[in-house]
Amino acid sequence: MSNWDWSAVADFMPRFWDGVQLTLQILALGSLLSFSLGLVWAFGLLSASRFVRWPVNVVTEFIRNTPLLVQLFFLFFVLPEFGVQFSAVTTGTVAIGLHYSTYTAQVYKAGIDAVPLGQWEAATALSLPRHRTWFAVILPQAIRRIVPALGNYVVSMLKDTPLLAGISVLELLQQARLESAATFQYTEPLTVVGIAFILIAYPASLLLRVLERRLVR
Amino acid sequence: MTAGLWQHWILPGIWTTLQLTLYSAVLATVVAFGIGMARTHRLWIVRFLAGVYTEVFRGTSALVLMFWLFFVVPGLIGWAFVPMWAAVLALGLSYGAYGAEVVRGALASVTPAQREAGIALNFTPWQRMRLILLPQAVPEMIPPFNNLLIELLKGTALVSLLGIGDVSFAAYLVRLATQESAQIYSITLVIYFVIAFLLTRGMKVVERRTKAGIGIDVKAQAAGGTR
Repeated sequence: MSNWDWSAVADFMPRFWDGVQLTLQILALGSLLSFSLGLVWAFGLLSASRFVRWPVNVVTEFIRNTPLLVQLFFLFFVLPEFGVQFSAVTTGTVAIGLHYSTYTAQVYKAGIDAVPLGQWEAATALSLPRHRTWFAVILPQAIRRIVPALGNYVVSMLKDTPLLAGISVLELLQQARLESAATFQYTEPLTVVGIAFILIAYPASLLLRVLERRLVR
Repeated sequence: MTAGLWQHWILPGIWTTLQLTLYSAVLATVVAFGIGMARTHRLWIVRFLAGVYTEVFRGTSALVLMFWLFFVVPGLIGWAFVPMWAAVLALGLSYGAYGAEVVRGALASVTPAQREAGIALNFTPWQRMRLILLPQAVPEMIPPFNNLLIELLKGTALVSLLGIGDVSFAAYLVRLATQESAQIYSITLVIYFVIAFLLTRGMKVVERRTKAGIGIDVKAQAAGGTR
């Protein structure tokens, strides 16, 4: 590490914090989108009608089994052809949210499926109305499994935000690339960014493990 | 789209994607078993180092790691990787870390009585691992490994950002040549989906074979039967 230059790290800091800010912003909005859209998919997957279940299954499996990067380019280049003009940041956030919504859908579905059948039967036996069955019986039990699993996908999303550099969104990796291109110092910015990801992701995963131990019994 | 574009860009691109997936999967499997078994080692220092490896490589982004291997490592060690191998190394090392967790989990899920029986029979730790734990743990690993394999396949698309000519990079070139984004990117997504589908099918066969090897009938299990 003879050629490590601390002043290059210092020079990178303004860009770095801009990158952190944008990355977290994309992460927050992407997570919200994936949580809500995932819920829509999950209700589709749990639907009684096979004409709803089947198409939702096909769509989510397709999105889940194809690369986020290609979906990103698809949205970035194809949407304008249909007259939808999104900025790169918006496209990136939508792509991440859409991609991960297919994962969160599986989380919701698994969480609801894990509630024992007896709970449903008990709710029916007590002739609870539909919304009481969901909100007072099923969801409080399902949420314990759902929350830690959703958290894990938020961490995955964080680690996928650098893909947005591919459509020149100014998140962490792109900031590092620009810095390197301007100063010809590749070592410091990229290393700082790599370590930053570990520093955010590791405590987050520790926190989730604690949460999981608390909630899932 | 013309036949020339298919022949010169897309088909070689598919081949590169398949090669990348294969090589990274082999490396990831080696890493996963090595690190996963090290996490059950009796010496704390071995367990600790294996734990550090998993957290570091699971903590960072595969794309950042790839850029780091590609742009930073040459400056540190004085020689550069062929782009393809930088990519294989980055994918193999990071997905290997995810796989290590799978291996560790599967080893931990083998009933303790099996391990104790091994100790009672005076097996060495390596004999216990090879003859008792692994044969029972491996079939349990196949479904999560399948998920990781699909993630890995999707991860290979990242190499196009380094300018490696995989199918995503081919799509980019075709887009520049034809200006028909919707067509080429739809085709590319379908190509990935077909590869993923075939890999999943293949892994289902592997799962059935390995489970049959220890006397579990997958079909009966799915139908609610017991061992």
